Amino acid sequence: MSDRQSGPPPAIELINITRRFVSPTGKSLTAIRDFNMTVERGEFVAVVGPTGCGKSTTLNLVTGLAKPSAGEVRLMGGPVNGIDPRVGFAFQKDALFPWKNVIENVMAGPLFRGRSKAEAEKMAKDWLARVGLSKFLHHYPHQLSGGMRKRVSLAQTFINEPEILLMDEPFSALDVQTRTVMHEELLKLWAERQASVVFVTHDLEEAVALADKVYVLTAGPATVKSVYTIDLPRPRVVSEIRYEQGFIDYCKTIWEDLRQEVETSYRRAGEAA
Amino acid sequence: MTDTTMDSVNTLFRPGTSDKEIEAAALKAIAARKRTVLFWQVAILVAILGIWEIGARTGFIDPFFYASPSAIGQRLYEWATEGTTEGSLWFNLGVTMEEALIGFFAGSIAGIVVGVGLGQNKLLSDILSVYIKAINSIPRVVLAPIFIMIMGLGLASKVALAFIMVFFVVFANAFQGVREADRDMIANARILGASDWKVTREVIIPSAMSWIFASLHVSFSFAIIGAIVGEFVGARYGIGQLISIAKGTFDAAGMFAAIVLVMIVTLVAEYLMTLVENRLAKWRPQQSLDTH
Repeated sequence: MSDRQSGPPPAIELINITRRFVSPTGKSLTAIRDFNMTVERGEFVAVVGPTGCGKSTTLNLVTGLAKPSAGEVRLMGGPVNGIDPRVGFAFQKDALFPWKNVIENVMAGPLFRGRSKAEAEKMAKDWLARVGLSKFLHHYPHQLSGGMRKRVSLAQTFINEPEILLMDEPFSALDVQTRTVMHEELLKLWAERQASVVFVTHDLEEAVALADKVYVLTAGPATVKSVYTIDLPRPRVVSEIRYEQGFIDYCKTIWEDLRQEVETSYRRAGEAA
Repeated sequence: MTDTTMDSVNTLFRPGTSDKEIEAAALKAIAARKRTVLFWQVAILVAILGIWEIGARTGFIDPFFYASPSAIGQRLYEWATEGTTEGSLWFNLGVTMEEALIGFFAGSIAGIVVGVGLGQNKLLSDILSVYIKAINSIPRVVLAPIFIMIMGLGLASKVALAFIMVFFVVFANAFQGVREADRDMIANARILGASDWKVTREVIIPSAMSWIFASLHVSFSFAIIGAIVGEFVGARYGIGQLISIAKGTFDAAGMFAAIVLVMIVTLVAEYLMTLVENRLAKWRPQQSLDTH
């Protein structure tokens, strides 16, 4: 695959992936079919599609938490064997450990990976300073607001310095203002680190504002319907970009494409009910 | 900060009242409420004991069967100062506590280990579930005669009974707690780099802990029940044995005195357990303050 070009192999390659689930009663459900995706190094890819179409499943395949029923997943040109230490994951829900305080949560990654406590603490303080939470080191997650918890999550994920960052609708539970602030922070952190990002969302504007490429998926079983390259200049200011004509045009075009799939998805849900 | 609901101030303040004054008023209201609760708690106790005592003295309640608070107090005093027919009261209490505590700790540790282990192994738990249900359906006290036959009148048989009473409660809760552990949280730990053992220790056990603690509260009194029932059936010493002897001599005051003792012991244990739990669970959201 990769010998076509002279540069390093892409960060993520999903080649003809199919993923089936079999229920305990023996019924089989195909979540993704013939799925192809390539994420270059340092590229920010957003994946949009109707609800429940199998967007999250694609991410689980990359982490190694799930295995494809057919096809191949390659990371940095190599196969996926179990959980890859170069991968970081941002969850939709809060996945912080509620019994650990803020700094302990952020220290978890380095400690799990065998760093010394002093080292982990130093790194954690550094990352918490970057997300503006230096004053909350000893708070517990339940004492923080949703936006602050998300920042802790980001610090927890980024501290491991992932080369591949997977994000599963990470900001969908936040209010609109907080979400915009988090977008800015994410872009800032991403620009510093130059990780390859796959950002799953159902929010098209979010996808266009953040990404280099937007993948539109079909209603389940998911396969790639079309890929759009978003040629908006960086660095982007997410709070202002939404008023630019280029941004609006991208959103309109992609929405036309996405709408049919959303309608199909709804129609099927209606038939099933 | 949705966890702490502020109580809406239901008294009308003059315009210009400072926050400090409002807070002071609220603190005063909280203190007053605490006093009211305590007053009625004591009042109800005094009323019950008073009615019981007067009833016993006037013959309205038959003191032969129901004793009276003063007779029970008298008996406790005698036991404490002169000892019981079976030796010193403290010795007997110690015997029962030893049986209950060994059974409690052994039973809870075994329950947690087996519960956490089986909770993570779907296949094994599917295979064993039918046996666990079968054993669990045995009323535990019927095992007392068997244990005494096998292990004799001493410590071992009572510990075994206390153990079996505690084990199943703690096991069931630990098992359920593990099953309820958040899947995303486990996935998060794995991706952050945790090994299987670290996931168990740092994610699964802590998240099962509130389930486990809920069972520990009940299971201490189960351990006491196990020890005392064991002593009823056959023992040389212990609170159960004291009750058994009191029954044999139609000594109502003796029986009630033993009950009061057990009650105090269990309440103290419960209090200690709550202290430990609050220390361990300081990360949990505080109960909302409600002064209505």
